[in-house]
Amino acid sequence: MLSASPLPLKIQQLSVSRQGKQLLDNVNATIDSAGITIILGPNGAGKSLLLHIAHGLEEPDRGSLLWNQHTPKPQEPWRAFVFQKPVFLQRSVQSNLEYVLSLHKVPKTRQSLLIQQALQHTGLMQLSGQSARTLSGGEQQRLNVARAWVLEPKVMLLDEPTAELDPSGVATIEMLIRKIAQQNTKIIMTTHSLDQARRLAHDILFLHRGKLIEHTPAKVYFSQPKTSLAADFLAGKLLDTH
Amino acid sequence: MNDFSQAFLKAIQLIIQLDPDLIEIVGLSLQVSLTAVFIAGLIGLPLGAALALYRFFGRGLLVALLNTFMGLPPVVVGLVVYLILSRSGPLGALGLLFTPTAMVIAQVFLVTPIIAALTRQTVMDANDEFHAQLRALGAKSPNMMNTLLWETRYSLVTNVFAGFGRAIAEVGAVLIVGGNINHNTRVMTTSIALETSKGNIELALALGVILITLSLIVTSAVMSARHAAHKMYT
Repeated sequence: MLSASPLPLKIQQLSVSRQGKQLLDNVNATIDSAGITIILGPNGAGKSLLLHIAHGLEEPDRGSLLWNQHTPKPQEPWRAFVFQKPVFLQRSVQSNLEYVLSLHKVPKTRQSLLIQQALQHTGLMQLSGQSARTLSGGEQQRLNVARAWVLEPKVMLLDEPTAELDPSGVATIEMLIRKIAQQNTKIIMTTHSLDQARRLAHDILFLHRGKLIEHTPAKVYFSQPKTSLAADFLAGKLLDTH
Repeated sequence: MNDFSQAFLKAIQLIIQLDPDLIEIVGLSLQVSLTAVFIAGLIGLPLGAALALYRFFGRGLLVALLNTFMGLPPVVVGLVVYLILSRSGPLGALGLLFTPTAMVIAQVFLVTPIIAALTRQTVMDANDEFHAQLRALGAKSPNMMNTLLWETRYSLVTNVFAGFGRAIAEVGAVLIVGGNINHNTRVMTTSIALETSKGNIELALALGVILITLSLIVTSAVMSARHAAHKMYT
């Protein structure tokens, strides 16, 4: 268990290859600031894989990723993961939240309080009795965030959480993410959208072909990128992903 | 044609009058098949789920065997169980041959592979859908298995009914190990075969009507259960 802060997140010489392809190549980074960290890069850069490793869903071939000197395992309640495409149980909105709390053995008396909070924050109060699978795309993603938030995690990892949403859905989720960050939950999220990174990021890890090209504060990244690759990406020049 | 419609009317009469012979035969059929399906479910559901979720030594062979056994001709199953239970067989001393128990055993052999193989497929599909998400939420193996079984409960019930459908309708196995003895091991299918060959079409037809009606009831029960579930939660 992790009692103190989960930070710093230390990534050292992290490498992963699958079927002869180098997906992550000697990534080194330290994340120790609160707020929103964006992992940015074109498709196939290794963003999702890095995030999966940070939740203990995949293991690196070489190197390490440590949360305050601790190797992550998926069943730790201080950290939550949000997929791009959520899968919900064939139950009501409320039951889907109860399920997560029961998995982590949260006492029933506390469950209802946490569920009320999560529903309120995400604006799903009216829909609590509805079947999760009949929600609209935007509502489903709100429930996806609520399901991660309900455990009051210290860290939330989000993998392209708005990739499938319309502009108003994107705005809602981004507002939620900011709100969660303000309540001292560390956010690390992947995106390929420069605009989204501009709107949300405190610092940026820019990945390309499995390599970490730069890790800089967002302001620096957008005003004076250190590398020509980052400058190309900012200029909208397509980066070869193969 | 006239003979046929007369026989049909007579059959309906037998059913309406609750003919004691008819009731006895239908009762034994249900008793044997329901018992067999109950036992096959106890074995087949966890077996199928385990085959879907766990890797262990001999798993591939077991899956191949199940799939082979799924299409096994009932007469062959009957023959094997007959050999095991006959006087000179390994379990001959139990004296089970030509009893309803022998018929239950034969049907368990027939139905277990069906329930297990269908369950394996059902749980595997659900696992493909849910595994990554449940793991990310913090579910460990036992949680995962319970959740998948609960999420697929309607499909699993359907699988069990598919097993029941096979059990109640098969004739080969129960004929061989039961012997079709009057007031003892006579069930719907064996009676239909016997009464037809005796020319006693009325009773055969009455039993046929009941058999079809039962299938209809079972099928529509399953369909409406699925429909209700679908309406509630998809």
